[in-house]
Parts: sequence; structure tokens; C-alpha cells
Amino acid sequence: MQVHDHPALKAEARDLSFFYGEAKALKHINMPIYDKKVTALIGPSGCGKSTYLRSFNRMHDLYPGNRYEGEIRFFPDNTNLLSPDVDPIEVRMRVGMVFQKPNPFPKSIYENVAYGLRVRGENNKRVLDDKVEQALRGGALWDEVKDRLHDLASNLSGGQQQRLCIARALATDPELLLFDEPTSALDPIATGAIEELVHELKKRVTILIVTHNMQQAARVSDYTAYMYLGEMIEFGKTDEIFIKPNDKRTEDYITGRMG
Amino acid sequence: MSLSKNSGPHTVSDRLAHNALRHFSERLIEMLLFAAAAVSVLTTVGIVYVLVSESIHFFQNVPLVDFLTDTQWTPLFDDAHFGIMVLVSGTLVSSAVALLVAIPMGTTIAIYLSEFSNPRVREIAKPVLELLGGIPTIVFGYFALLMVTPLLQKIFPELPGFSLLSAGLVMGIMIVPYIASLSEDAMRAVPMSLREGSYAMGSTRLHTAIHVVVPAAFSGLAASYILAISRAVGETMILAVAAGMQPNLTWNPMEPAATITSYIVQVALGDLPHGSLGYQTIFAAGLTLILITLAFNILGQWLRRKFRENY
Ligand SMILES: Nc1ncnc2c1ncn2[C@@H]1O[C@H](COP(=O)(O)OP(=O)(O)OP(=O)(O)O)[C@@H](O)[C@H]1O
Ligand SMILES: [Mg+2]
Repeated sequence: MQVHDHPALKAEARDLSFFYGEAKALKHINMPIYDKKVTALIGPSGCGKSTYLRSFNRMHDLYPGNRYEGEIRFFPDNTNLLSPDVDPIEVRMRVGMVFQKPNPFPKSIYENVAYGLRVRGENNKRVLDDKVEQALRGGALWDEVKDRLHDLASNLSGGQQQRLCIARALATDPELLLFDEPTSALDPIATGAIEELVHELKKRVTILIVTHNMQQAARVSDYTAYMYLGEMIEFGKTDEIFIKPNDKRTEDYITGRMG
Repeated sequence: MSLSKNSGPHTVSDRLAHNALRHFSERLIEMLLFAAAAVSVLTTVGIVYVLVSESIHFFQNVPLVDFLTDTQWTPLFDDAHFGIMVLVSGTLVSSAVALLVAIPMGTTIAIYLSEFSNPRVREIAKPVLELLGGIPTIVFGYFALLMVTPLLQKIFPELPGFSLLSAGLVMGIMIVPYIASLSEDAMRAVPMSLREGSYAMGSTRLHTAIHVVVPAAFSGLAASYILAISRAVGETMILAVAAGMQPNLTWNPMEPAATITSYIVQVALGDLPHGSLGYQTIFAAGLTLILITLAFNILGQWLRRKFRENY
């Protein structure tokens, strides 16, 4: 891409295709992910947004029969995340993920946030205490839970659980954070809190977010990609995509949704 | 309007009749179900009633304190002693040996099957495990006596021909399938989203299994352990065949000893006069057994409530 007004690249999909067994769910996707920006993925249900997102942390490796083609380059080191030589665990150490439904572990609030650090071999109480607090502050949850860190995470409200999951992902300082419809199970107030958080987070981390909510995409993202039937139809600055999309299909989708 | 037309007397009575019929058949089904439930409850009540009423006669002759503190169990001797702890010790020691084998092995197998094995292995392993659970316990008893004891004697030459150790080990093997099968069900019921959350943090399979799946399934695991305890405490044939039947107050698994159950078969097979004190010991021992099982079940319920699935 000839870009002088674009920031540095964090990642880039190059001719990425993906197969669930024989079914081709992603078709030759090319797309940049810019560093410390929020990129939104939109498109009708079943178009492959989750499939695309989950390629970035090799989630598909958990299930047999899945296959990638093409590359996802990760910068600054220019690693191909999808290379068979790259250990998916290494990838997941650098790329965090927040799921559609909050999925806190059956542990205390503290241990949920410490989980990734413990996985990385950190057992020093001082360090853990410190990082857990930082992460919970980063997840805008600290003030609400600081007196009950050792309560079970499942006692939190849905919105709090989702922020806990964000804090959990933040604790390990990922370079890229994936969000798959993080607010679809939440009420408008909890949704607002998460959106604000995403806005805050892009100072330190690159974000890729799937959303069904056009307004949300418009509010939180710097760049937007429209996907349809496994293809990347259009990618551009969010303002441009929403104001004057180049592709008819994008326009139909956006206007149809926005009513 | 049209409403008044439709709700003429004819329509109404028709619907009422229909409702009454449906009502009747629902009531009938309800009663049948209630009867089925009542039979099992009544059976239990009946068993407890017989045990308690016969035990009352027993305790009119033997003080409860003696029953609990005497260190000898010689109900058929002239100098009769009725120290139930003698039998309880055998029961608890053999059960402990069994659980020390069955819980780690069963849980490990369950973790393997649920988290590591590919579906083909699981399809073969599960039926084989369940087959193992279907082997009559008398077969396990002779397996203990004729194979395991001689094998153990190669390691511990001083081990007698009958021992709690040998019977307990084999009883543990017998219980493994129950724990493995129930625990595997509990772990597979843990939603995939929890595992994905753990993998997404860069966790390995083993770490995920131990730190996420097992805690999430803990109430199910606890239930399987409690069932295993009940099986071990109530197991009879293996102990009657391989543990020897002489009453022996001991906490040492290397010794032979009678258990509550093996005492009951032994005495029940003899020809004790109905109503004699020796006859009544069967009921006192049986009541003790039920109370032990009940205590573990209450513990299990408590564990389940404390660690109920929170995913
Ligand atoms: N595990 C799977 N096995 C086979 N096909 C799958 C699997 N998961 C998804 N698909 C298919 O891949 C396509 C893309 O699915 P994906 O979940 O990525 O869509 P999505 O854009 O995230 O949809 P939604 O907005 O509803 O979440 C769909 O046609 C779907 O049916
Ligand atoms: Mg999706």
C-alpha cells in the first residue's frame, strides 16, 4: 500500500484463505491492521468475521480438519503467524482475545487476571499483585472489585465479567487484542463502558473488533472492513466507509442496518 | 359479536369435556409416577425400619458405649464382645486403599479421555471401561486372592494370604471405571468457551485441563468420588474372599481383617436362631454401614453445593 498518511503496520493478511474441512470460509483476504488503531470488522451473519478474527491467534488449530492458506504477517518482526513452524502458543502469548460471551474461569477475580501471568511462569506475589491491579485498572474494574479480589469471578455481573475478561487479556501485555462481538450479551450501559475502554486501550494496544452494531463500529473504530461471504469487500478509514463507501454491497449493508 | 356466536353452549360443553378428559389422563399419569416414586421411597423406609427396630432389641442387651468402644468383636463366643470399631476399621482401611488407587487412576483416565484422546480412542476405551465395571465382584475377589496376593507377596514376603491391602487394591481397580466414566462426563460438560478462554491466554492442554476444566467440573468429580466411596464401603464379595474374615481391630492394610459387610455375609450364611443376640448383630452392623454411607453422602451433597458448577 502506498501510504504516507497511514500509521505503521501491526499485522497484515496476505492472500489469506481458510477451510473448515472442505468448506472455504475465507477467500483470499488481503488487509492491513494498523498499529495502535482500532479496526472494526462488519458484515452479515455467517460472512466469516469470527473465522477471520480467530485466525490471528490460531484458535482454529484446536479443532481437527481446519486449514489455512496464505499468511498473516506480524510486525515489527515480520513473523508469519500461520506458519507451521510457529507454535500457536507463542502466537497466543502475543495476541489476546475477548469472546462474545464473558467466560471467566471458575476461580477468584484475582486468579482470573493472574492466569495468563502464571501460564507464563510468573509466581512472585509482588509482581502478580502489581500486574493484577494494573490490569484491573486497565479494564476499568479496579474500583468496583478492589475489596473483593478473592471472590469468585462468577459472582460479578455480566458487564463486569466482560471487563474482567478484558483485564485478563491485558495482564499479559498483548500486542494485538481481538474482540469478537464483546458487547452483544450486554446492556447499553455496560456496552458504553466497554466502548469507552476500547477507546482508552488503543493508546497501548492494537485492536481488531468484530461487531454487528454499525453505530458501535462508527463510534470506536479508526478503520473498518466490510466482509461478505468470506471475502473482504472493502477496507478503509471508518469515516470514509460510512460516509461514501465505494462498493454497492457495503453501502447496502450500512444503510440497511442504519435504517 | 362473533365471540358470542362461538361461545354458544354446545362449544363450551365440548371443550369442557375435552379438558376433563385431558385432566383425567394427566392425573392418572401423575398418580402412576407418584406410585413408582413411592415404591422406592417405601422400600428404603422399610429397610431402615427393620434395621432400626431390630437394632433397638440389640441395644437393649448391649450398651451403645460398649458397642462403640469395645476393642473386640466376638458375638458368637461365650465371652461375647460387641465392639463395632473392629469391623469399622477393616471397612475403612480397605476402602481407603481402594480410593487411593481409584481416585487418582480414575481421574487421570477421565482427564485423558476428555481432554487428550482423539475420538476414536474414546469410542473404544469407554465401552471397555464400562465392561470392566460389569464384571461380577466375586471374580474380582478371586483375582485378588489368586493373582494379586501372590504378586504382592513377591514384594512384601511377610504379607499373609488374606489381607486388606490385596482386597483394597482390587476393589480400587473395580471402582476405577465408575470414577473414570462419571468424571469424564462431568469434564466434557464443561463448555468449550472456557477451554478456548484458557488456550487464548497461551495455556497448554495440560495446564488448561488442570487449572480450568477440573475446577469447573469439580462438583461432578466430587459426586463420582462419593459414589466410589459408597461402593467401596458397601463392597462385600471381594473382601469376603480376599481379606479373610477374622475380626481384627487394625489400621494396618497388611493384615487380614473382617469388614462390616463380610461379617454380615458370614453370619447370615450360618444358622443363627432368629431373634438371638448373634442374629441381631447383623442389623446393628447393617445400621452402622448405612450411617457411614449416609455420612459420606451428606459430605458429598455439601461438597456439591460448595463447588457447584459455576460456568
Ligand atoms: N466449526 C465450523 N465448522 C464448519 N463451518 C463453520 C464452522 N464455524 C463456522 N462455519 C461456517 O463458516 C462461515 C463463517 O462463519 P463465522 O462464524 O466466521 O461467521 P460470522 O461472520 O462470525 O457470523 P456471526 O456474525 O453470526 O457471528 C459460516 O458459513 C459458518 O457456517
Ligand atoms: Mg461470529
